[in-house]
Amino acid sequence: MINVRIAVLSGKGGTGKTIVSVNMAAVAEESTYIDCDVEEPNGHLFFKPRDLGTEEVFVRIPLLDDQLCDGCRRCVDFCRFNALAYVNNRLIVFDDVCHSCGGCVMFCPQQALSEKSKVIGEIRKGVSGGVSVITGRLNTGEASGVPIIKRLLTYIPRSPKPVFIDCPPGSACIVMESIKDADYCILVAEPTTFGVHNLNMVCELVKLFGKPHGVLLNKCLDAYNPAEDYCVRNEIKILGRIPFDKALGRLNSYARIPVRESEKYRELFKALLHTVTKEVRDETVVNP
Amino acid sequence: MRIALPVEDKSMESTICQSFGRAPYFLIYDTESQESVFLDNQGAVSQGGAGIKAAQTIVDSKVKALLTPRCGEQAASVLSAANIKIYRTTNDSIRDNIEALTNGTLVLLDEIHAGFHNHRGR
Repeated sequence: MINVRIAVLSGKGGTGKTIVSVNMAAVAEESTYIDCDVEEPNGHLFFKPRDLGTEEVFVRIPLLDDQLCDGCRRCVDFCRFNALAYVNNRLIVFDDVCHSCGGCVMFCPQQALSEKSKVIGEIRKGVSGGVSVITGRLNTGEASGVPIIKRLLTYIPRSPKPVFIDCPPGSACIVMESIKDADYCILVAEPTTFGVHNLNMVCELVKLFGKPHGVLLNKCLDAYNPAEDYCVRNEIKILGRIPFDKALGRLNSYARIPVRESEKYRELFKALLHTVTKEVRDETVVNP
Repeated sequence: MRIALPVEDKSMESTICQSFGRAPYFLIYDTESQESVFLDNQGAVSQGGAGIKAAQTIVDSKVKALLTPRCGEQAASVLSAANIKIYRTTNDSIRDNIEALTNGTLVLLDEIHAGFHNHRGR
């Protein structure tokens, strides 16, 4: 049996991706939680996992041998990110601009360019109860977390345990990479006009990727909810509602996991997990 | 002396562009012969590293000075490797600034910003 991979995303930060993915992973009991929000991973603050080791993540960047470069500029012309410049008979390489495609090395007729490794972050493995906690962390100042996410997703175990992918906010490359292998996407939304604008962006993204998806309405009040209205108008499945609750906020601010402490939230997330699992199963029947 | 300016259009009556890396065109101007040539800036449409690409165009034009309202650090490092001086423009008029340079009243740009990276869908 292959495991179900559920990505949790939202158009903006602070909507509740981490609280949702952490609690779903915790309520599933035997599961894998992968923190792809590599610029500010915080799922580990809740799980406080027992450390099982760290792996560094590298990218390959060009290394120049000045003696061999004859100034043909093929690398400068090739690089679409403009990571290379040729000035005063000398090639300049901008390491931070490089996207590690390797093209400059491949096309250099003089073999003046080779590759060197550069550490851009790390992956930390740990365990908390029955949850495997895998955290990616991008070093400060690095341009792109995509290589770390690619590596993170290789940690998905071959077991029937469900996988919860805590995505970075927004809808850029780094989010696309995080949802690429997901079977289902949970979009967390806030009941504000701004929240709807961002929800719309991630909706477009998951549709573009052809991912089955549903919306979880967070911070719900007894008032008009523009995010709910958006879902109704666009015929998007509403997976559940989390109330705007001070008790929940307090547990969260002390980095506690509500489903491990509150019966009410255990039931809420259990129901959510059940709904999502059913959605994924139905989807597999329709689109095997 | 050959100098360069980021400009909005291919005309001496056009205005100086507020961005260096993303300027649509560059004016290459010879202060002695008063000849002007307009170049397309390929950096304007590039995915990333616009400042580097723009600076490469300026370097290849064999100018001695760049007159610009602002300049990012990556572009500045390319320009400084080519010993090109960067002057700060005082308004958006091409002629005013060329005149100020000839009169020796333009000052060097001392504020190099860290760039506006990551805003093009990385």
